[in-house]
Amino acid sequence: MFDVKKHSATILSLPFAVVIFTFFIVPLCLVVMVSFWDYNSYSIIPDFIFTNYQDIFYGCVKSLPDLCTSFATYFSSLKFVFITWLITLLTGFLVALFLSFCVSSLQMQIVLFLLCTIPFWTSNVIRMISWIPLLGRNGLVNSTMQNIGLTDAPAEWLLYSEFSVILAFVHLYTLFMVVPIFNSMMRIDRSLIEAAHDAGASSFQTLTNIIIPLSRPGIIIGSIFVITIVMGDFITIGVMGGQQIPSVGKIINVEMTYLQFPAAAANAVILIITTLMIIFAMTKLVDIRKEL
Amino acid sequence: MAKQIDRRALLKTAGATAALAGFGLSAPAVHSANEKIVRYLGTATTMGSEIDKKLFEDTGITVKYIPVTTDEVTKRVLTQPNSFDIVDTEYFSLPKLVPSGNILGMDSKRIKEFDNISTTHTLGQIGGKTIGDQGTAPKKVFYLKDEKSSEFSSEPTRWATLIPTVFNADTLGIRPDLIKRPISTWAELLNPEFKGKASILNIPSIGIMDAAMVVESMGEYQYPDKGNMTRDEIDLTIKILIEAKKAGQFRALWSDFNESVNLMASGEVVIQSMWSPAITAVRTQGIPCVYQPLKEGYRAWAVGFALSAATKGYQADVCYEFINWYLSGFVGGYLNRQGYYSAVPSTAKQYMEDYEWDYWMLGKAAAKDIKAPDGKKLASVGEVRDGGSFVERMGGVACWNATMDENRYMVRKWNEFVAA
Repeated sequence: MFDVKKHSATILSLPFAVVIFTFFIVPLCLVVMVSFWDYNSYSIIPDFIFTNYQDIFYGCVKSLPDLCTSFATYFSSLKFVFITWLITLLTGFLVALFLSFCVSSLQMQIVLFLLCTIPFWTSNVIRMISWIPLLGRNGLVNSTMQNIGLTDAPAEWLLYSEFSVILAFVHLYTLFMVVPIFNSMMRIDRSLIEAAHDAGASSFQTLTNIIIPLSRPGIIIGSIFVITIVMGDFITIGVMGGQQIPSVGKIINVEMTYLQFPAAAANAVILIITTLMIIFAMTKLVDIRKEL
Repeated sequence: MAKQIDRRALLKTAGATAALAGFGLSAPAVHSANEKIVRYLGTATTMGSEIDKKLFEDTGITVKYIPVTTDEVTKRVLTQPNSFDIVDTEYFSLPKLVPSGNILGMDSKRIKEFDNISTTHTLGQIGGKTIGDQGTAPKKVFYLKDEKSSEFSSEPTRWATLIPTVFNADTLGIRPDLIKRPISTWAELLNPEFKGKASILNIPSIGIMDAAMVVESMGEYQYPDKGNMTRDEIDLTIKILIEAKKAGQFRALWSDFNESVNLMASGEVVIQSMWSPAITAVRTQGIPCVYQPLKEGYRAWAVGFALSAATKGYQADVCYEFINWYLSGFVGGYLNRQGYYSAVPSTAKQYMEDYEWDYWMLGKAAAKDIKAPDGKKLASVGEVRDGGSFVERMGGVACWNATMDENRYMVRKWNEFVAA
């Protein structure tokens, strides 16, 4: 007879396994499969060719030391990932630190935490677009700077530049850092801090020896959120970069609209591999399963 | 303890967000069998609530829109042919659509106004004069050999690929108040004078055509056929674009109609590729904007209707009724007053005032204030339409939007331009 008790773990995990299998594993396998297919302008043709991958790295060796399209695109994406990660980490850590250690009442913590989430009540496209009238050539920032005599001519680098892209990323994704770090910090045993204080540690020593190591899981989880989102983003880069800054997502998007699904699939596979490599490196630093 | 409360609070927020998200969704409408409904796939830029209302009054037909972007239309026809009854698409998409067998030839005998369709489409002529036919000109892909054929016919047959509805000639849009001097050639788009104040559209198949117009007018190269470049020609064109981009010529690139309006209206850009209704949109904000005629000519486009191969019997009858109504004049007049051209000018005329016809079609000075269909003022008494009359504008067409044989290569090179 089937022993329900013995198999309860399997049964309980079954719904989730089915969901993961149907909506993640199967599509992923399809993407990998299609990336080896051929295509013309109106159909995709089952095949096993490497042309799609060759196209991605077309001229990449020949053009060195100049960067080919793919290398330039990935380089640009990685640059955004690094800068955004650094800034969101710093900001997110400080906000979480303030929320969990400087605010003493629980009520106040909840109120302030919810305040952080308020921007998320509007769509991220709207939050992004609202920067445009502010930063434009005749925008609020430029006209204010000119009016108070700081500058003579409007600053062009404010909008449709790498600056505006990073600004939008930081604005959009800092909360993804705050939440997991805050969560980790709330679980730090307060008596440890007290003990450190009693043992004569300065605030800075407490920070580097106790708080940072113990919030590491939160930092890693937040980092994974930010890195994966920024790697795959093409809307923010498109809107804030004036579509002049490349992104892997945009290349995939263009290929999709021209029905070049195999080429798009190949690009997606490369993107997934790159992102996984970064995540893999991060998980080497911490055992997430243990820390959750 | 802290964690518990925290989690509850978070759940509350999550619930509220989910409720908000769900608010936008509504239940799909259920229709009875004999209701006349047309599932319309297209960009829907040539439709509108006034048209819907009049259509229902005259014929009892309701349109159910599947609004998507130009490129998405093609994708949808190829991947989900059962999801629509009628598709509104560009002629330049036909070399992709027709081989798929997902759209049928249109029976010209069932179209009342078929013989009155503008000669720009059927013969590639206007007023007896042959116009530019580089690219996917409608006359090249106007007929099919048979209803279900996947080959174009150079001779007139009973079966048309699309029943044309709207077309226009595109050029550069400029801000005359910020440029302060006459502009007369495509080469001005890459003139260093407008460094950081120019834009080109980021839709590869159309952007490359605009770029080709610029390259020719700079005297860099004469293309045998701009609409069907060789790999070397694509390389050359993209190289010139990349050089300009690296020198900081472009403020931004745009891919959505509204982006071009915002760039122009805010003064970020003073010269750019633009579409006619975008000019109208800038002007109705009270900002001067000119659809500048250029000596090298225009890049033209044309759209029309086709039925899905899955549309049959009664449903097909309703679709033909819809198309016949569409060409009967009301929509033509409506679109002409937005600056487009109706494919059947003779019926559109019946729905326009004489002074409107004179302004929009004959290129005469406005006898009264010219208003857009929504009642907003577009031009004052005495003003003349940019580019002049229908014959002048369409007669000046140099090329048509196109799908190239080297499309795959072109898209890859275009990505290089964006990444440069």
